[in-house]
Amino acid sequence: MMEWQPLILTFKLALITTMILLVIGIPIAYWLAFSKSKFKPVLETLISMPLVLPPTVLGFYLLVAFSPSNSFGGWLNEALGLKLIFTFEGLVLASIVYSLPFMVQPLQSGLSSLPIHFKEAAYVMGKSRFQTLWSVLLPNIKPSLLTGLVLSFAHTIGEFGVVLMIGGNISGSTRTASIAIYDEVEALNYDTANTYSLILFIITFVILLVVYLFNGGYFKKMGT
Amino acid sequence: MIKVDLHKKLDTPEGSMSLNISFELQKGDFVTLFGPSGAGKTSCLRMLSGLMRPDAGLIDWEGKKWFDSRSNVFLKPQLRQVGFVFQDYALFPNLTVKENLSFALQKGQGKEMVDDLIETMELGELQNRKPDTLSGGQQQRVALARAIVQRPKLLLLDEPLSALDTKMRIRLQDYLKELHKRFELTIILVSHDVSEILKLSNKVLVLENGKIQKSGSPKEVFTVNQVRSKFQFTGEVLEIQREEVVFVVTLLIGTNIVKIIAQESEIQGLNPGDKVLVASKAFNPVLQKIQS
Repeated sequence: MMEWQPLILTFKLALITTMILLVIGIPIAYWLAFSKSKFKPVLETLISMPLVLPPTVLGFYLLVAFSPSNSFGGWLNEALGLKLIFTFEGLVLASIVYSLPFMVQPLQSGLSSLPIHFKEAAYVMGKSRFQTLWSVLLPNIKPSLLTGLVLSFAHTIGEFGVVLMIGGNISGSTRTASIAIYDEVEALNYDTANTYSLILFIITFVILLVVYLFNGGYFKKMGT
Repeated sequence: MIKVDLHKKLDTPEGSMSLNISFELQKGDFVTLFGPSGAGKTSCLRMLSGLMRPDAGLIDWEGKKWFDSRSNVFLKPQLRQVGFVFQDYALFPNLTVKENLSFALQKGQGKEMVDDLIETMELGELQNRKPDTLSGGQQQRVALARAIVQRPKLLLLDEPLSALDTKMRIRLQDYLKELHKRFELTIILVSHDVSEILKLSNKVLVLENGKIQKSGSPKEVFTVNQVRSKFQFTGEVLEIQREEVVFVVTLLIGTNIVKIIAQESEIQGLNPGDKVLVASKAFNPVLQKIQS
């Protein structure tokens, strides 16, 4: 029997993760785009690691780090009352790490492709860095913002390994659609697995199509 | 009195160069920086605006230190009240012409300045358009207006007129002259055009290899050997042609093309593109009214 719970949970996870990523991704991308620090390549590498590492590796280390039996996980549990293993909060945190490059990289390349004179012109007009970022830089990288948002969202929907390692398979709390599909296949319920898969396929297809249409200027052409 | 003394080591495509510039100017001066590309003109403007930090030196604006390496003072560009017109104009594509101008308003500044400039620079019909839809000359006018909105103490212009055709150039020179007078601006302009410099500025600094080689009024700087004459112009050589025993030199003086007969000795070392002085001593030119 198909349930809506895993699908709703998946989209809730993707939405929360994407919103948090937007907030933390902008300052990180800004720093990476304009800093001349020696540590920049190190941070760039760290952020890109989830692109090449097997998700299970990431999930494994997060599992070890968050485990209440070790000092960091224990501190989180005692000081902040945060349990990050086999909980929805833990999934959000893992997804943020896992999808970080999908938000940061488009924003970084968008910001560094803007003419440097935009920033400088705003500075000589007396505008602060924040005002300049908010009123001049971000409005001029809208396609990059959209790409970052959608890729992070779609990538979070599609995650499997990390969720399996750190979330387990708890219905209503950590069983996302991709886990549910795996479950149904294990139980030989191919029809249910197919329903979940088809829904995911169609939704992600539509989301990506909208991005390509928008960034390709098709909506503008239709408007004129 | 404005005192400037700048020292900076620059990395250029031709290798490293050290920039050592010092000069003084008065409030209300219209100064031109003249010199070959790569001489350090743009870097000089960037240091004056605070966008580039000099290695050592001093910028003293009527007693207020904008930069002083000895006491480690460096005023951020936000606090210098400087207008800067970039070579590529740097208009914000997401804002309309009017919004671009309004963005430059300072906290507590009334909006009248924006309306005043839109009128002065004849931008009324363009005010709701985005910069991408404007021609080069129109973008230039917007960039100039935007730089003046905040009533800058110092206006820096980095070759803003070089990409325009002659007609547009002359129109913008007139705007610039008017704005200089009306808002009592102190202006530093980077320009390669001698006629433009003679028309606009009261002081020229000739910059070569990071040093000021010559300075003075445009006439002093561009008049070779101080020729005393009744009739003289500077122009650019367009073409040199041999005709029998003499040479015909075609010159661009202002917007006019003029042909002049020259001896072989006079055209020695002269090539198209060179700036020349055309003067006459023995003859009195005829003056005739053509239009009132």
